[in-house]
Amino acid sequence: MSLFAIVRDRIDPRTLEGAVWSDACGGVAMFLGVVRNRAHDGRSVSGLSYEAHEAMALAEFASIAHEAGERYPGVRLGIVHRIGELRIGEIAVAVCAASAHRAQAFDACRYAIDELKSRAPIWKKEHYTDGTGDWVANEC
Amino acid sequence: MLTVRVRAFARMRELLGEREFDLVLPEGATLVDCWEALRTRNNKVDSLASVTRIARNGRVAALLDEHVENGDEIALLPPVGGG
Repeated sequence: MSLFAIVRDRIDPRTLEGAVWSDACGGVAMFLGVVRNRAHDGRSVSGLSYEAHEAMALAEFASIAHEAGERYPGVRLGIVHRIGELRIGEIAVAVCAASAHRAQAFDACRYAIDELKSRAPIWKKEHYTDGTGDWVANEC
Repeated sequence: MLTVRVRAFARMRELLGEREFDLVLPEGATLVDCWEALRTRNNKVDSLASVTRIARNGRVAALLDEHVENGDEIALLPPVGGG
């Protein structure tokens, strides 16, 4: 499995973990972004749609990982984002950082998901239980 | 004349009615001309003008006076919401 991917099917975190981990890694930090049933404003959500400029998003993932590698030497990073229609409880994004020690794994994982949310050309539409929907931008 | 391939995402896609389409522009056209042509499809794109980034062949354009070339991909990128 590639370390960076845009997928249309279910994300398997263990597969990503396996792609990132090496014998030198004593710490693995995983962030999973999961579809929840409430919007920020409290509206009831029935599901999400994601779309992406895939080539640009993958290039952004690689840039983020390169930056993370400079900030946290030795860290190995994997990023997978799902697009299409997602239901409550499904994983939309998985970020996995593996390092010799836990601090760098946690920090790199946090850095990568924060940068992804502010930079990656990926869009999310919330579908509400009243039948309406809105595109939701991340607050950066 | 030259032809560029427009790729629109999220709200921009909805306003323009298609995910991808060709746009024919005069020789020497810039990204400003490209945007003007998009406005003729639906002038509601103006509502997103201040927040939409335009990428030419995968690179976000810093200035809209950049010239476009035949075969370019022009991507319209409204504020992102990944994660």
